[in-house]
Amino acid sequence: MISFTVNGKPVSVEDPPSTPLLWVIRDSLQLTGTKYGCGMALCGACTVHIDGEAVRSCVAPVFRAQGKKVTTIEGISPNDTHPLQQAWIEIDVPQCGYCQSGQIMSAAVLLAENPAPTDKDIDEAMSGNICRCGTYPRIRRAIHRAAEIQAQRGAK
Amino acid sequence: MTVATEMKRREFLKAGAALGGGLLISLYVPGLARATSTAADSAAKPIALNAFVRIAPDESVTVISNHSEMGQGIYTSLPMLINEELEADWAKVHVEASPVEAVYNHTAFGIMMTGGSTTTASEYDRFRKMGAMARIMLITAAAQSWSVDPQSCHAEKGYVIHAPSGRRASYGSLAEAASRIEPPKDIPLKDPKDFTLIGKPTRRLDTRSKTNGSAQFGLDVYIPGMLTAVVQRAPFFGGKVVSFDATKTKAVPGVVNVVQVPSGVAVVAKGFWPAKLGREKLEIRWDEGPGAGISTVEMREQFAAMSHTPGNVARKVGDPAAALGSAAKTITAEYEVPYLAHAMMEPLNTVVDLHEDHAEVWSGTQFQTGDRAAAAQVAGLKPEQVTLHTTLLGGGFGRRANPSCDFVTEATQVAKAAKAPVKVVWTREDDIRGGWYRPMWYDHFAAGLDANGNPVAWTHTIVGQSIMTGTMFESFGVKNGIDAASVEGAADILYGIPNLQVDLHSPKNQVPVQWWRSVGHSHTGFSVEAFLDEVAHAGGKDPYELRRALLANQPRMLAVLDLAAQKANWGSPYPAGHARGIATHFSFDSYVAQVAEVSVDSDGTVHVHRIVAAVDCGRVVNPDTVKAQIEGGIVFGLTAALKTEITLEKGRVQQRNFHDYPMVRMFESPEIEVHIVPSSEKPTGVGEPGVPPVAPAVANAIFAATGKRVRRLPIKPEDLRSA
Repeated sequence: MISFTVNGKPVSVEDPPSTPLLWVIRDSLQLTGTKYGCGMALCGACTVHIDGEAVRSCVAPVFRAQGKKVTTIEGISPNDTHPLQQAWIEIDVPQCGYCQSGQIMSAAVLLAENPAPTDKDIDEAMSGNICRCGTYPRIRRAIHRAAEIQAQRGAK
Repeated sequence: MTVATEMKRREFLKAGAALGGGLLISLYVPGLARATSTAADSAAKPIALNAFVRIAPDESVTVISNHSEMGQGIYTSLPMLINEELEADWAKVHVEASPVEAVYNHTAFGIMMTGGSTTTASEYDRFRKMGAMARIMLITAAAQSWSVDPQSCHAEKGYVIHAPSGRRASYGSLAEAASRIEPPKDIPLKDPKDFTLIGKPTRRLDTRSKTNGSAQFGLDVYIPGMLTAVVQRAPFFGGKVVSFDATKTKAVPGVVNVVQVPSGVAVVAKGFWPAKLGREKLEIRWDEGPGAGISTVEMREQFAAMSHTPGNVARKVGDPAAALGSAAKTITAEYEVPYLAHAMMEPLNTVVDLHEDHAEVWSGTQFQTGDRAAAAQVAGLKPEQVTLHTTLLGGGFGRRANPSCDFVTEATQVAKAAKAPVKVVWTREDDIRGGWYRPMWYDHFAAGLDANGNPVAWTHTIVGQSIMTGTMFESFGVKNGIDAASVEGAADILYGIPNLQVDLHSPKNQVPVQWWRSVGHSHTGFSVEAFLDEVAHAGGKDPYELRRALLANQPRMLAVLDLAAQKANWGSPYPAGHARGIATHFSFDSYVAQVAEVSVDSDGTVHVHRIVAAVDCGRVVNPDTVKAQIEGGIVFGLTAALKTEITLEKGRVQQRNFHDYPMVRMFESPEIEVHIVPSSEKPTGVGEPGVPPVAPAVANAIFAATGKRVRRLPIKPEDLRSA
């Protein structure tokens, strides 16, 4: 039995410890916002946070989460109020939308660590996430916009 | 695709009849409108006013979409069309996928299918009429209850208003009564100058769900008792299972069953992970079949040789042979592009739940009519006994409209053999190695120039597999040995060249091929526009000015060409080492021009700094969606230009995941500007037309920067290294 919290709720799962966290989140916990794209940490669609760090859950065995705090896209904010979600909606970033949970989870760590990222910072932080629909120009704009929203909120 | 255009033309009269007068009423106000409006349950249930509009007592408005949402924004554009006429409160409008019924067929194709960049063209009139029909019925219901003349009432933001008396009634309160009103025979539509939604940038209705994890794709479907399966398919195209040993597979905890299906062996388990682990332990003996020996290197040699021989003539204008013979200067060139996988971010999957007398299928499909029929056939049911739920698609790009219905057929076979509700999931490796690729193409060109450097002759021989031959689309798309999708963008070029011939060879082999975002245009856009650039340089002309001259009789293309050139400051100086390239392409009835600005490092690495695009796609429904589609098409085309190829050696696909089938990523994504030419022409495609001009614009810019001509995709740094 492996125990951890997901989006603040304690969970215990009986999956074998080597099972990738992705499939525990999806198949056992049925939180489907976290996506499968490659299974080799190449596309970033499965990105979640473990104790605030961006992790490719498709290659992270569930035992890595033991005793830790896992955050998925469903838990990133109540009522879609995270600055990134607000910016994504404002700029209408998603097309098919399949990769966007992972994009937002990667961007969230960037913004937490670097409140005013440059284009180069964005390139570095976001190049592990593939978008086949090609929403990169909008993701870039939305991250800059989210940084503004975050700064405005902080100033209040 | 030209396929679409062709089908559209052939089917148009037939389908067009359904859009007019009285026939429309019986079609679109089905019995279900009455069935759902029985008084007992009317408190909560939405009431159907026609097949596309439902209104609930809580004022929510449901638009029924008969087209799949795969990123192209149709779940917003179709409601915009409805609501332009319906006049409901936009904030209350949401979308639901339609079931598979004849009433929901594509107006041109006559089946339920999303493809060929045709959705807006298919639905522009019908959806506005459905919105107007519902509005008229709501107004009539209100007028009757107030005993006033309907002409004295109007609709506004979800209310019917009788201005003289100041009375108002909400759509939700009127829906029940409106559903009993005789539908109008005459449905006048707004003058476009009165549009309040169409043509205005409008936020997508699905964005919120795509930022909080709630959007439901096929892979997200979980039903009670469902098992998950992965299939081990043959390592060679056309290979068959001889025998298999599943002893080790069955020992993997969580594996429930191992079943043979025509495509291979399916491991059925409690979840994806045990299914995948179990599959790794399978021992299968394969009958390799004729596909085991094939290689793309040999295929290329065969194609190249064929390109030097006459093929089936797809188009002939003037006397190209004579004109070439008498030309002041002639040039020839050969172009080639590889097989490509669609690589949608959501790998293929389908959930199937079979019962004795009915079945349910959940799939992110672009091809509902075909897939439902295929599932029914496997299940031994009639199509109408199968309920097909269309989920959101995590990308489609054509792969989810498979002419042989491969992924739904197989999933149904697995569910039938496993005797359980099953979700079949393709891994990324299954996707990359699974075939149904954009065909590999080899093109041979010759051009003759007069003494002034103007092209007077143009011959183009195309070699590549036919997508439609042997499929249910053959009768639509293949005529006199010419698959329209093989020569689109080549046989119908808009440039005024007086002597022209386009030939086609359609060799056959075991590699399954399919439409891939922009279909034939994905290769002709590159080869035609890059060779035209060669012609310009051979004649001492500026590539933009030569195109202008050759498009003198094509005002719409000329306008996008000029707009793109102007916005990109064509001809102005650029930073040292940078250079520009230009290309146009007509596809899916839309006109696109692009200018690329690139630089090339000494090690041959290509940097695409900026792409400026201009598009004329007729009347625009949602300008922001048009921009998004062109942006996305550019990135998609850039991946094909710079990154990806599928190769085969001894029958085996050499690539398997994103490390060896790499996508353009954030750091390689250029700045993109999209400019829309305002138009009141009928709406045309935008999902695909952004793709074809990218590769040639980039290749032509590379020539301008380095003097090296790119005639093969993907562009390889080793070919561009400076000494």
